[in-house]
Amino acid sequence: MDKKIKAALAGNPNSGKTSIFNMLTGARQHVGNYPGVTVEKKEGIFKYAGFEITLVDLPGTYSLSAYSTEELVARNFVIEEHPDVVVDIIDASNIERHLYLATQLIEMDVPLVLAFNMSDIAEQRGLKFDIEQLSKLLEATIVSTVGNKGKGKTELLDAIIKTSGQVERQRTHQIHYGEEIEHELAVIETLLADKEQQLAEKYGLRWLAVKLLEFDTDITAKVHSREVLEAVTASTEHLKGIFADEPEIVMADRRYGFISGACQETIKTTVESRHSYSDRIDAIVTNRILGLPIFLILMYLVFLSTFKIGKYPMGWLEQFFGWAGITIAGFWPAGSESWLKSLLVDGIIGGVGGVIVFLPNILLLFLAIALLEDSGYMARAAFIMDRIMHKIGLHGKSFIPMLIGFGCSVPAIMATRILENRRNRLTTMMAIPLMSCGAKLTIYMLIIPAFFQEKWRGPMLWLIYLIGIVLSIVVIKVLRLSVFKGETTPFVMELPPYRMPTGKSVCIHMWHRGWMYLRKAGTIILAVSIILWVAMSYPKPSEQSLAGLSSEQAQQKRLEHSVIGRIGQAIEPALKPLGFDWKIGTALIGATAAKEVFVSQLAIVYAVSSEEAGGTDGEKSTQNLREKLQANYTPLTGFCIMLFCLIYAPCVATVAMTRQETNSWGWALFQFFGLTALAYAVTLIVYQIGNSIAG
Amino acid sequence: MEDEKRRPLSKVKAGETVKLAGIEAGRDLHSRLASMGLVSNVEITVVSNSRSGPFVISVKNSKMMLGRGMAHKIMVL
Repeated sequence: MDKKIKAALAGNPNSGKTSIFNMLTGARQHVGNYPGVTVEKKEGIFKYAGFEITLVDLPGTYSLSAYSTEELVARNFVIEEHPDVVVDIIDASNIERHLYLATQLIEMDVPLVLAFNMSDIAEQRGLKFDIEQLSKLLEATIVSTVGNKGKGKTELLDAIIKTSGQVERQRTHQIHYGEEIEHELAVIETLLADKEQQLAEKYGLRWLAVKLLEFDTDITAKVHSREVLEAVTASTEHLKGIFADEPEIVMADRRYGFISGACQETIKTTVESRHSYSDRIDAIVTNRILGLPIFLILMYLVFLSTFKIGKYPMGWLEQFFGWAGITIAGFWPAGSESWLKSLLVDGIIGGVGGVIVFLPNILLLFLAIALLEDSGYMARAAFIMDRIMHKIGLHGKSFIPMLIGFGCSVPAIMATRILENRRNRLTTMMAIPLMSCGAKLTIYMLIIPAFFQEKWRGPMLWLIYLIGIVLSIVVIKVLRLSVFKGETTPFVMELPPYRMPTGKSVCIHMWHRGWMYLRKAGTIILAVSIILWVAMSYPKPSEQSLAGLSSEQAQQKRLEHSVIGRIGQAIEPALKPLGFDWKIGTALIGATAAKEVFVSQLAIVYAVSSEEAGGTDGEKSTQNLREKLQANYTPLTGFCIMLFCLIYAPCVATVAMTRQETNSWGWALFQFFGLTALAYAVTLIVYQIGNSIAG
Repeated sequence: MEDEKRRPLSKVKAGETVKLAGIEAGRDLHSRLASMGLVSNVEITVVSNSRSGPFVISVKNSKMMLGRGMAHKIMVL
């Protein structure tokens, strides 16, 4: 039986914590949520030297105050879960700021290991550390690492094991806040020992006193004793009189003083550190005139590579699944009907294939995002877009997932991970489906030539895309004023120096996302595909009713008879005010599986050869379908079909992804029904007005 | 005297180094900035402050971008 160790990773954003986490856990990671909040919890379990180590990657934070959910989550994990070791990841070329978090951990009296990460850059800058001295002053083992190159792994693991094995020891070096504050802390501590024993046991007297004097809202709320609270107020007033500043600020000051002192003795700079490279690049990249065009070009490249390059592996996968379908069908004698064959070929291979086909897109997209983030460009991009996005209440980074949404909503929703603010993330996710994706384009390409003359076609397509964009802005604004109301976070963002991303770290990022996509979204999509297959195939009409019909007509009859067909017919009265009939209704329902299905469903319903409608070979069949549409509907209806398809419920894959990224069915369903309701309302208005004008 | 030299960070030219005198903002923001290195008397070097780009400062070896509203609230000497 292995001995177990529970360890936590803490650190500033941009400290390279993620690469250390990946370095230690490899692919054995599991992502979930901290209970009660929607902060991502990353955990990994692995074995080393006879130990089983569970490593939790705490959210990246600059401090452990009560001011943000991430900080509270990180802090509470340490307090409640009592990890055997906490490893603080520090950017070695930027020690002073990064050690601020370490001082907070020191005050929590945790068994601490410090990883001086990115030590290669520190060396380049000519920084030299007296590790032994520093380690003594901070009372923590210090290990040098280069996370994205895998260096320092064994030393770090050994340090973790050694520290976890240390028996209870008292810290000898406390952070000294100066006579005046220390005096007040002592007063508060005495009172706490008397009046709040339970809290004192759990959190430690000194830490409690420090937090109370800092006016930590979380801790203050936990104190019941009036005497303690009054004493804190008295102390605060007294200190404000002396320092002309809140005690909290003075204490932050003193912490940095402690850090400064420790560093001055132990760190030597031999070469002047410079950001000049980064500065020069930034002068161009964030320039008010050049910045935006450069950003747009880069985004275009991302888009291009994801979809154009991805088309090839996507094509191979489609071929593979086509082949698989035929091979499996081959097990049954030609022409025979079998529910198992249909389930396997149409349902499962169709469903599974539909999921896996997205994989190259997703991998390429995340490759691009990883490159942008790891190199440091993402921070600059966020700033450039921020001015525009701020006007509608979003963060600059929101632009990126929305842009991706023009290709496909599924990776776009995954891309919202780059937004740290939850409200922004949710708002963006709700609006993404309004960016007409590639699948919706197939619908437009069917409808537009059917109803509009040559000279109107280009503008019509442009109009539909434009409507999507305008609507998304409206939706975002409305959401930000109601459901997702809240202040936009003030803009302060660290600008990490530009770095050369390493192949290894980028690949791990990419692989991780791809795997998550397959596992989670895949299972839901597969399940729904099977359900839809059942709904499309059953109940079957009797053999006699099919006698004498051509294969297309037989298909049409089967669809009419099936659950989906019947639902389509049942909802027809609700669709009439929009100018739709049951045939369109059926196609709309089928299109929830994937938007392209709209075209093929419509083809079946109009008894046009389904294999050819919409395909490159089948221009003639598509033309047939268009003729039938033109014969049956007015251009107004054609426009309304596109409008409805633009807005209403996103495809199953998108819903599944929303559910995965928000960790709740609630938001996914809100997206699904909200958009459908909006589609209904808008189309209704447009159709009714259009009709009364025309009529 | 000293008060006359006290001005918002937004008025400092690129290349100048100043010291933090105070932050005119709520606890929340004040604390956040403090944890990112902005404490009393810390040296702030303005890296870039031009109309055609973001407001960038260097504090304790770290570069940060600030919205202009924020730069108005940070008082320096």
